Amino acid sequence: MTEATIPVTSIGTTGVSRFAGILRSLRRSPAGFIGFIIVALLVLISAIGPFFTPEIAPNVKEILLPAGSPGHLLGTDNEGKDVLVQMISGGRTVIFVGFVAAAISTALAIVLGSLAAYLGGWVDSVVVTLADVFLTVPQIVLLAVLGAFFKLDSPLLLALLVGGLSWPVLTRAVRAQVFSLKEREFVEAARLLDLGTPRVVFVEILPNMASFILMNFMIGVTNAIYQLVGLYLLGLAPLTGSNWGIMLNRAWIAGAIFNDDSLAWILSPIVAIILLLLGLVMMTRSLEEILNPRLRDR
Amino acid sequence: MTVFIVTSGTFFLVRLLPGNPVDTYIQTQIAQTGISYEAAAAQAKNLFSLDPNAPLISQYGTYMLNMLHGDFGNSALSPGTTVASVIRTYLPWTLFSVGVATVLAFVIGIAAGMLMAYRRETWVDHLLTSIGAFLHAIPNYILAILIVVFLGVKLQWFNLTEARGSYTPGVHPSFSLAFLNDIFYHAMLPILAYTLTTVGSWALVMKSSTVETLGEDYVTVARARGLSDSRIRNGYVGRNAVLPLFSQLAVSLGFVVGGSIFVEKIFGYQGIGFSLFNAVNGRDYAVLQGIFLVVTVSVVVANLLADILYSRLDPRIRVQGKG
Repeated sequence: MTEATIPVTSIGTTGVSRFAGILRSLRRSPAGFIGFIIVALLVLISAIGPFFTPEIAPNVKEILLPAGSPGHLLGTDNEGKDVLVQMISGGRTVIFVGFVAAAISTALAIVLGSLAAYLGGWVDSVVVTLADVFLTVPQIVLLAVLGAFFKLDSPLLLALLVGGLSWPVLTRAVRAQVFSLKEREFVEAARLLDLGTPRVVFVEILPNMASFILMNFMIGVTNAIYQLVGLYLLGLAPLTGSNWGIMLNRAWIAGAIFNDDSLAWILSPIVAIILLLLGLVMMTRSLEEILNPRLRDR
Repeated sequence: MTVFIVTSGTFFLVRLLPGNPVDTYIQTQIAQTGISYEAAAAQAKNLFSLDPNAPLISQYGTYMLNMLHGDFGNSALSPGTTVASVIRTYLPWTLFSVGVATVLAFVIGIAAGMLMAYRRETWVDHLLTSIGAFLHAIPNYILAILIVVFLGVKLQWFNLTEARGSYTPGVHPSFSLAFLNDIFYHAMLPILAYTLTTVGSWALVMKSSTVETLGEDYVTVARARGLSDSRIRNGYVGRNAVLPLFSQLAVSLGFVVGGSIFVEKIFGYQGIGFSLFNAVNGRDYAVLQGIFLVVTVSVVVANLLADILYSRLDPRIRVQGKG
């Protein structure tokens, strides 16, 4: 296995100013900016949209209306529930689980990866072995098994499970970075001042990797959403409430693909999920270009 | 080492799952058929290859020994079927479809990536990069559904009902042209889905790798020596830009095998993902355990193969004596 090497840029500036710099660069790259707008819009709609939409209620008189029907812009599903209203409220769980899961796995990766590299010895070997094992087991398979057996009806539990399984890739990358950073003079100086391991690792070393971590956090969000929606689609996660994954599952099972009138029902969650993932990937890619100057025009 | 840990992990995982399957099985057998506890326990022992009454350590020992012999026990859903035979029937189809798709995506991705790097900042580059980023962002199951909706239902290019399964029922597997044709007909849609979902990332990675290689000194020297463009492209840039990609081949393989549970379910292609889904849904713990292990082992083997392949292709690593 070869470790990915990502050049660490501009050592020394504070995390805040670097974050502002990232935002500025994001605005300069059109693709990244469009991605940012898409994600921000979807988050906003999912967060406040449900307050302005009517209750999602089954209505036997209005089953499987086609898109464009009066009062139902995107038609209704096989229980007479409005598709557009479901679309607006359906992003909440998906986005929430995606971000929380990514936050959990990023936090795990930072702590495990940096401690493994900084402390070395048996801590390092334990973390590396553990990461290798988790890396080998196909996460989706493990998720499918665990998701089906434990009743994970709370989104938070689902996020914990998804996040708890997807830390290894980033852990290895963080470990490789800290390995190279800990040899630098300022870390050496901090160590000689006897500032204590937590302080050296989290205050001196980690801020230098802020943008790198942010990028991986977004990759984590993308992966978590991929896994989550997949679980819902197969019906392996509890199908209570309503979100894009559950909509997709119900439309697929009801055979919406064979009925011209209900195409909007199955295509709307697909479009929403694609937009969200596309926005995230566009943001991540332009961030990657900023971080890796070698990818820029030469 | 990894295989050992995963094997042990599966053992304890099955014991930890809610409603311990061994006990549940014994309970239902007693309730349904009215047999004694001993008889039910004996059946469970046969089924899960572990004796529920033995101490945990010796249970663990037996389990590991059986695994070493390739004995995964029997399926809980279809009595009389061994887990090993379930895996033997389904795994080849996944390996076949995933393998073909991986090679296809790799080759197309590399060609597209080099094209993008050479036509940098032209409309070809912009178009292909956008397509690549788009395909890279879409999950395989979404793509599979879109294929079904548009190519299957709307355009009627594929007969979805006929293409279910891994080959037409009643046809005997043989090395005839007709059978090969049949296999490809059934595998076509899954292969299309896997190829489309992975080709984008290969192209993007190859693009950046080629751009990086183009800036190397030896390329400049080759140009200065007046070597022909095609020779530089194939002999210098292409070869060196592809090398780093081989180390990612195994990782991608593991990912695709994991993703087969979605794609195979959507197309009704009867590979290991399909049987895994059925095992999860039917709570067939023995089959689950077996498939889980086999998938993991195949990822480990793929990693090993990719490492060997990589070191054979990249002399620098060979000299350093890695592995």
